[in-house]
Amino acid sequence: MSRAVPLFRMEGVSKRYGGVRALDGAELTVDAGQIHGILGENGAGKSTLIKIMSGVVEPDEGRMTLDGKEISFASPAAANDAGIVCVFQELSLIPHLSVADNIVISNPPKRFGMIDRRKQRAMAEEALARAGAADIHPLALVKDLPLSRRQMVEIAKALARKPRILILDEATSALTASDVSKVFAVLKRLREEGLALLYISHRMHEIAELADVCTVFRNGSNVASFATGTKSGNEIVEMMIGRQYTNVFPAKKPPAPSDKPPVVECRHLSWTHQLKDISFSARAGEVVGLGGLGGLDGQGQRELLLALFGVLRGLTGQVLIEGKPVGIGSPRQAKRDEIGMALIPEDRKTEGLLLPMSVRDNLSFAALDRVSRGGVIEGRAEKSRIDEMIRLLAIKTAGTDIPAGALSGGNQQKIVIAKWLMNQPRIILLNDPTRGIDVGTKQEIYQLLRKLADEGAAIVFYSTDYDELIGCCDRVLVMYDGGIHRVLAGEEITEHALIASALNVELASADQARVAGA
Amino acid sequence: MKDWKYWVAEQRGTLLAFATFVVMFTIYVSNHPAGFTANVVQTAANKGVLLAFVAMAQALVVITAGIDLSVGMIFILTNCLASWIVVGTPLETALGIVGVLLAGLACGAVNGLIVIYGRLQPIVATIATGAIYFGIALLLRPFPGGGVNEDLADFLTGKAWGVVPVSLVVLVVVVLLVWVPFSRSVMGRAAYATGSSEAAAYMSGMPIRRAKFLTYTLAGLLAGIGGLFLTFFTYTGEAALASGNAYTLFSIAAVVLGGISLYGGTGSAIGAVFGALAFRAIGDLLFVFDLDPLWQPLFQGVVLLIAVSLGAFALLRVRNKLDWFT
Repeated sequence: MSRAVPLFRMEGVSKRYGGVRALDGAELTVDAGQIHGILGENGAGKSTLIKIMSGVVEPDEGRMTLDGKEISFASPAAANDAGIVCVFQELSLIPHLSVADNIVISNPPKRFGMIDRRKQRAMAEEALARAGAADIHPLALVKDLPLSRRQMVEIAKALARKPRILILDEATSALTASDVSKVFAVLKRLREEGLALLYISHRMHEIAELADVCTVFRNGSNVASFATGTKSGNEIVEMMIGRQYTNVFPAKKPPAPSDKPPVVECRHLSWTHQLKDISFSARAGEVVGLGGLGGLDGQGQRELLLALFGVLRGLTGQVLIEGKPVGIGSPRQAKRDEIGMALIPEDRKTEGLLLPMSVRDNLSFAALDRVSRGGVIEGRAEKSRIDEMIRLLAIKTAGTDIPAGALSGGNQQKIVIAKWLMNQPRIILLNDPTRGIDVGTKQEIYQLLRKLADEGAAIVFYSTDYDELIGCCDRVLVMYDGGIHRVLAGEEITEHALIASALNVELASADQARVAGA
Repeated sequence: MKDWKYWVAEQRGTLLAFATFVVMFTIYVSNHPAGFTANVVQTAANKGVLLAFVAMAQALVVITAGIDLSVGMIFILTNCLASWIVVGTPLETALGIVGVLLAGLACGAVNGLIVIYGRLQPIVATIATGAIYFGIALLLRPFPGGGVNEDLADFLTGKAWGVVPVSLVVLVVVVLLVWVPFSRSVMGRAAYATGSSEAAAYMSGMPIRRAKFLTYTLAGLLAGIGGLFLTFFTYTGEAALASGNAYTLFSIAAVVLGGISLYGGTGSAIGAVFGALAFRAIGDLLFVFDLDPLWQPLFQGVVLLIAVSLGAFALLRVRNKLDWFT
């Protein structure tokens, strides 16, 4: 029987990054002629699994076999040679080379030691046709193609390597609906041809349509494998969550209803294809969360914050501050007293801090206007404000003259927040502020956000951590594909509801289906 | 779209450089007292070819998103070396030429080793090696002097069939023998890929290190060919610091004029050749307009600034202001 020796198997594979266990004793069996769906939350270990299979990282422990023979890969090229090819979510195409150059890149056809361009073109055309993307010209430069076309080129590139196991990591995230159906047809044909396909996606309906078998990952381990169709969407979501709340949150205090206009309101904001007709408001004392899929699969949350902060050009729609329309053309305008906005950026190392400069310089950067007169910084005023901030946020630093880069991640993040509080903003936008910092600091940040809200600030808080949204926010706007997909308030904010609406699954109907079936 | 339109899109920088050169050279020639004669072309070619070799050297490295600030010094070092060994009988001269080219190659290889395996920033590493190469040049030629096989020098700086400058022919031959095979080889493609997106090139299993090493080494060779020609034009060797620095900086200007992005991944050494020729024509414009040579640096700077600004128009289309900084 073919089950005796599976095409590919991994056993007890673990991988640590520093103290974090990204993969912990993972097992996976892949058979030829099957599409295998992989499910899991952000950080469940899916990307590490793929990176190990495709030779990008080497596992700390565990073994992998192909056709029953033990294998290990020193590089992506070694994995390709063995027949395992991955279509990465982070595109691996070279922007300034042509489509044909990219498709044959790992092993171009040669004649007299030089690349045979005629043959290369024929190979590229064949691969494009096989991927259902014959409309892409092989001589076009990749950088000139829209994202959806690039993703098709990526698939064609993988096929040109004649894989036995093809891994698709969120391969449809940038595709248009008509492309998705073409890709599905291609994948089903490849399955008929005897390839093994590993399909990683957040989109449950895609897995339901495509996969023969599914494996759910959680906290670095595979928690369940089952044939598609034997579990309801609801059960799968439960398998993906299955953990306890670990963070302590301050008590919520939603603002009392009032006649005053909201501190910040936006109406019909649109920008390129990434923001679609967004309207919402935040009142004084309110913490409004932004939810939805995050990271590379972001649904426009980051762009929405940048739009409010005046970073995006060609924005349409209206922003109102206390009921009055304003135009915010730059961060410099956004931080002025009339508007009073602050944005805690996503990447503290590049957009938030000047790492080699001192703690003091970092803290006063955004508020230099407030501590200077006639262009000269007043040392005493600066010092008293800085001391106040260090006390308020309990920043642990050996002094204000040491470089910000010398502090721990949590304390660095506190400086980014404190730097903006120096300006006493009344609208505070936060872009995933707790990523990569320790639990203790996280809790302090939650307390601080609530305190600022109680003092009258309006807070817009984007987080990829669902627990945080549940614990901190009075309302959560779940974004999907650049628009606000659903608004959850008060008791409605549950992990179930957040994940289901982020994945665009209709939970209620899934529940009904199960009840009806029982 | 038709195939040729894709070709034009890919070669845009090179074609623009060619156009710039044609415009500048036309202005130059049409205002020259002697007009478009073989002698005028020969003088222009001989001046332009020197910078063209050094600019090609720079272009190779810039395509990988690196930079080589020692090309001018390799140019000077090989000039000093040639003034010792490219003399005597035809056989001795030939061996001398081989020696000079090997010296250029070795200088480039050292740069490559330091940048790739020493993991130093190209800008610092090549400032340091450039100083070393200049130091060696000074030891070779503390005072200007030496000689060269004058028959060969006269032939290579003269005219073939009474019309075509031989130096230009040599330039074309070098492009055909060095650049064309390189650009169509796997290594050449890896060099472009590395400059365009090093992470993607790595993920595609490209030979990144070997490709970079090859570009630095070939850059040394091309700068060496330049140094050899400098000797043919001047009949002497001279460890001239100002000249070495000027050639390094002009090579960067020529590369940018030639449509090669300093961020790497685009352009062609042929563009850099036209960039170099255009840059020389700009520099000579003042003489044909009979203006005071004192104006030359200022004038050259302004024209260069205008030419380079043409490439900055893309920034006006940026919609997310954060993209300005990446």
